[in-house]
Amino acid sequence: MPEDQEREAESPARGEGGLPEAREHLRIAAMRPVLDTPRWWWPAVIALGAVVVVGLAAWAVQLADGLGVAGYNDRAFWAVYEADLVAFIGVSYGGAVVSAILRLTNATWRAPLTRIAEATALVTLPIGMLFIVPHLGSPQRIWELVWPPYWNLSSPILWDFFAVSTYLLATAVFFYLPLIADLPVAAARMAGRAGVRARCCRLLYRAVGGEREVGASKRQLIEGSIGLVAIMVIPMAVSVHSVLSFAFASSSRAGYAETIFPVYFVVAALYSGIALVAVAVAALRRLFHLEAFIHPRHFVRLGFILVGFGAVYLYLTFTEYLVDGYSGTTDNAAWVRQVLIGRYWIPFWFYFVAAGVVPMLIVAIPRLRTAKGVVVASGLVVVAMWVKRLVIVIPPATEPLVRSPLAAGGVLEGNWGSYHFTWVPISITLAATAAIPLLLLLVFRFVPILPIAEMEELESYEQVLTEAIEVTGGTTSLSPGGHPGGRPLIPPASACAPVVLPPPGAGGGGFDLSLRADCWPPHGHGPSGSTGLPPFGSGGWGR
Amino acid sequence: MTGSERRDAASAEDRDVLDDVQSANRPEREPVPVTFGRRGFLRGATIGGLGIAATGALGYAFGASSASSASSASSATTAGAAGRATHQWAMVIDLRSCNGCKLCTTACQAAHFLHEDQTWIDVFTMRDASGKHYSMPRPCMMCEDPPCVPVCPVQANVRTADGLTLVDQSRCIGTRICMNACPYQARYFNWSKPRPAPRQPFPQEPAWPVPQVEGTVGKCITCAAMLPAGKLPECVSRCPMGVLYLGDLATDVAVNGIGTTVKLSEFLADNDAVTFKESYGTHPRVFYIPGSGQALDTDAEAG
Ligand code: SF4
Ligand code: SF4
Repeated sequence: MPEDQEREAESPARGEGGLPEAREHLRIAAMRPVLDTPRWWWPAVIALGAVVVVGLAAWAVQLADGLGVAGYNDRAFWAVYEADLVAFIGVSYGGAVVSAILRLTNATWRAPLTRIAEATALVTLPIGMLFIVPHLGSPQRIWELVWPPYWNLSSPILWDFFAVSTYLLATAVFFYLPLIADLPVAAARMAGRAGVRARCCRLLYRAVGGEREVGASKRQLIEGSIGLVAIMVIPMAVSVHSVLSFAFASSSRAGYAETIFPVYFVVAALYSGIALVAVAVAALRRLFHLEAFIHPRHFVRLGFILVGFGAVYLYLTFTEYLVDGYSGTTDNAAWVRQVLIGRYWIPFWFYFVAAGVVPMLIVAIPRLRTAKGVVVASGLVVVAMWVKRLVIVIPPATEPLVRSPLAAGGVLEGNWGSYHFTWVPISITLAATAAIPLLLLLVFRFVPILPIAEMEELESYEQVLTEAIEVTGGTTSLSPGGHPGGRPLIPPASACAPVVLPPPGAGGGGFDLSLRADCWPPHGHGPSGSTGLPPFGSGGWGR
Repeated sequence: MTGSERRDAASAEDRDVLDDVQSANRPEREPVPVTFGRRGFLRGATIGGLGIAATGALGYAFGASSASSASSASSATTAGAAGRATHQWAMVIDLRSCNGCKLCTTACQAAHFLHEDQTWIDVFTMRDASGKHYSMPRPCMMCEDPPCVPVCPVQANVRTADGLTLVDQSRCIGTRICMNACPYQARYFNWSKPRPAPRQPFPQEPAWPVPQVEGTVGKCITCAAMLPAGKLPECVSRCPMGVLYLGDLATDVAVNGIGTTVKLSEFLADNDAVTFKESYGTHPRVFYIPGSGQALDTDAEAG
């Protein structure tokens, strides 16, 4: 690739200031999406943009002809847009909370993932919020939602509105705070560049306050704020998804009136959110050559978290269906029956296989527990959890409420309303899906894709430990408790050998995760392995 | 007949109409304090729910003040006197004589220029425990404690002083959460362009939402705008069987479309009237007199 060569040619030249070479390479990698335009960039953006445009056109058709063209009717008054709303706001949870939880638990391995995770949260949340527009029958009057004289504060919809708006603010702040320390680095890299975009970048960096290096005291302040926001983001996200569920759960409708819903929605959001983070990280890692910093074991870690939430979600689903079905009251029994063996069995069992069983098997079977396996599982989870949202939203909305249970074709069998997919909601949903990578590509046109300051700081920390270990004879495993992760710090010089990870927190009896630490440097560019550098990231980022 | 005695005494005097409503027609249940129930609960829940939003307190003050203004404005459009309503509308549906002809449905649709699937009064085929089919018309129940009202984010649902739940289609934004909340499946959305309507005697307003507005919710209005003029709702006047009665809890009278006038409370008590889905706590103002109607074909497929 010519760009690669070019980059290689100029990168050492820009490493003035005597940075250690490893840090220099971190900065290059983090700024790569900003500085370089790979050949695929424009075609990808144009293709994704086209999908978004088709979605907008579909929405225009819906505006002109009414919600009916989206397959809605009085016997299916909520369907795909409501599921989209829940699903897209849900996936934004993953990014924010994964990053927040991992920060708070001081899981150092998170570092290379946080920027991507937070950016994913930042772009998916507004997309999810935008689904309120096609969802509304009269979007031209949407201003009434922000017009206090019209507010009806006993409405769950308004609670949603407040909660999600607050959460959006928090997500933006959570994205911005760790960025502050990186902006001067980015600005410095941008300095010599000409062109409109470089100028825009510089303007942007100046506007959001980062051209000068961040001093130590300010950095401390920022770190304190990040901690604070990380703490705040978790209850906020929990409340958002709980409140989202109230719009359903606060009714008298069987299948919606579930006390389990708030928890159910929160767990579903985490589950699908982590899956989306894994997919986004995998894609961006491949596209922007971040293999030196993001290792297969990152995915395996994400995979463990993923199946953890997947198991909880499966359990909640089981509980809900068992209790409702067992009670045998007509409404509940009819609803559970329709989902399990009635008209909704295909989407439900699809969820069960694709987001219930398969991801767990993938992570459970050592041979499948690889980066690729986890990414496949995550992709399945993202899709299947969207389908599960349809299974949550549509059946109760099509429930017959005035049928006599005794009448022929009573509530157990027939008389259900039905929702028919049309091209309009499908296009709009696809457009929203395409908007996620599109916006991510755009965001990383302006901000470093890796949290430079955070990684450097943790690297210094790791460095100390590394040296300590080297003194003790370069053992490749550190006893648990000696380090937050309790895992080997340095992949040996033959860096592509399998790494044996002891289970976190357990002493001895480690099991082979069959991971391969990535060769560093990746793809043969950058300094060759023979420089004997302590490879950047070899010490820390894998953990 | 303790209920009717109480009411007889009341009707002679110039008593508070709402007290009257409380005591009328509810021999089986103690008068419920108005502040108790769904609305009271929601007010409490709202405050809790808004703990998450910094804007809560401010908004609550706004919301509370505008709620009162909205309801007084709408009551002025339907109830003649401001403040005290002279009527408390209700409906009686005598299932014993419904033959399922659906003339009520079509008359309603013609009067309000509705699409065919907008069955504001729908007639369902039910089956009783003896295997007999009967027809059950279902208008809006005009619930005393309507779950559809508090869920609207923009206060487009109003409950008028004379006991009707109406939709302000110039404000409805179409979230359809009220369709979710209604346990009677009584709400219908305008999924496409409404049927065009000629000039109407009344302007489009909650009490006479003709023509319908695309992208908003519509439902049975008990022909609210016709009542002050002394006209019966379309379905009531068109029912050939005299199944449907318009009732007034305040004056304790009910009238059907074939000229029968009854004393409402006595009629209900004598015929063991019931309300639909009582356990939902909605306190419907539509009373059903049970029975399985005309001899229907017991093998008929349910609709
Ligand atoms: S209520 Fe009257 S008009 Fe309506 S279906 Fe029954 S008989 Fe026919
Ligand atoms: S029947 Fe339904 S629409 Fe009518 S007042 Fe009751 S809850 Fe509202």
